[in-house]
Amino acid sequence: MSDLATYNFAYLDEQTKRMIRRAILKAIAIPGYQVPFASREMPMPYGWGTGGVQVTAAVIGPEDTLKVIDQGADDTTNAVSIRAFFQKVANVAVTTKMREATVIQTRHRIPEETLTEGQVLVYQVPIPEPLRFLEPRETETRKMHALEEYGLMHVKLYEDIARNGHIATTYAYPVKVEGRYVMDPSPIPKFDNPKMHMSEALQLFGAGREKRIYAIPPHTKVVSLDFEDHPFEVQKFAKPCALCGAHGVYLDEVILDDKGGRMFVCSDTDFCEERREAGHVGELGVANKEAAE
Amino acid sequence: MSELPLLKVHELSKFYGGRIGCRNVSFDLWPGEVLAIVGESGSGKTTLLNCLSTRLTADVGSVEYHMRDGQYRNLATMPEAERRFLMRTDWGFVHQNPADGLRMTVSAGANVGERLMAVGERHYGRIRETAGDWLGRVEIGLDRMDDQPRAFSGGMRQRLQIARNLVTSPRLVFMDEPTGGLDVSVQARLLDLIRGLVQDLGLAVIVVTHDLAVARLLSHRMMVMKDGHVIEHGLTDRVLDDPREPYTQLLVSSILQV
Repeated sequence: MSDLATYNFAYLDEQTKRMIRRAILKAIAIPGYQVPFASREMPMPYGWGTGGVQVTAAVIGPEDTLKVIDQGADDTTNAVSIRAFFQKVANVAVTTKMREATVIQTRHRIPEETLTEGQVLVYQVPIPEPLRFLEPRETETRKMHALEEYGLMHVKLYEDIARNGHIATTYAYPVKVEGRYVMDPSPIPKFDNPKMHMSEALQLFGAGREKRIYAIPPHTKVVSLDFEDHPFEVQKFAKPCALCGAHGVYLDEVILDDKGGRMFVCSDTDFCEERREAGHVGELGVANKEAAE
Repeated sequence: MSELPLLKVHELSKFYGGRIGCRNVSFDLWPGEVLAIVGESGSGKTTLLNCLSTRLTADVGSVEYHMRDGQYRNLATMPEAERRFLMRTDWGFVHQNPADGLRMTVSAGANVGERLMAVGERHYGRIRETAGDWLGRVEIGLDRMDDQPRAFSGGMRQRLQIARNLVTSPRLVFMDEPTGGLDVSVQARLLDLIRGLVQDLGLAVIVVTHDLAVARLLSHRMMVMKDGHVIEHGLTDRVLDDPREPYTQLLVSSILQV
């Protein structure tokens, strides 16, 4: 053993974890309600997932397997560095396979495959208050939540339709949780909103800079707000994934050259790789060697 | 007109530390009646209005409101949720500065529709139709419906604020200097509009103004305030044509003649 100071398991000290766990328990007890917590400075800048990291640190145990997603991908900067962080400070097993993971920290996506019982999905949240851009006063928005005055949320959707002819909000689309609190589901595409409804997994949301934690317990109703004559709809894509040929998944646009060439590929890299390994090939994909042999 | 007063104000006082905001104000307001509160700057008009509309808490006295179910309720002891619901359905508040009463960053249509959405209307087409109808009534063209209020002139903003307040057919509207800061021709048009709406809808209005001409045109009754006290109270024509108190006489004789 070296005499150098070592980190406590999962970086945060036990008292801090205890405080965060209490906030999480309260959040689970009141689905969709934003619980204030004493967010700590983390060794990363605000906006990089300080809230998510603190929630993960508070819930993770030595037996857990961690997966980190950034915009659906396992191999982007944010995902790689947070994964490395927890390997170092908690020495937990990490994976990119969604089915093997027990704790999944995510930025801006929900995995394509359905989450199952026992899994915990931790979201990184930049702005937890769905009413913020219409009502800048925190005292007022808290009161509006307390008294269930959510007319303002529909004003935003009204504006969308008046300007664009349809609800043009495509991400951070407001939802009503268990018929009570209106919640910002973090900037996930509205494509992912239906996945939150009645999910078997526990969903936790951490906002580090804004110092708020909220949660959707398993089997909770999550309804996207809409108008009777302009119902909620998810994005549709004209073509399947160019690499794996999957239909009905969320796609990212990739520019190929400076002559207008582009392709659309799965944003969930793990899902796409698994399909390609299983021998599915899209129009620009290369057949898997083993599968071809 | 109903037999019972809409608002019963009893011995209302508000103090700012040692200073008096308003003191021992009592009156009844009947449905469909327009009451003007006049007086010079600092006489406690706006303090009184804010106490009546529950935007400020009075220190002494009570304000009772005749609810739609026929009961009188003390506004000070009403739960906050209920009071806020009352404020956005059965009441209106027209601010002197329209920017205080409007959402400047959303369109005119959404400004008018907000109250409808707040009481649970969830049909875009119907909200838009009602909003368009109300914009028409306050003489704002339908082509301006999707513009933001910051693209509107002062007079238009004030009319938009009125439409936004009247969309839920309130029974009582508070107005704080509704014509302040507008030029005379716009003022005349706005007064005309308010008069028409008040008559058509049978609104009860409490209007605070320092402009006696506005009080003369709009109100049935008026109260003259000085240093937080109501010094004279009566029918508008009586007070203006035959003022009793020396201060009221001074006020009336100070009107500029062209």
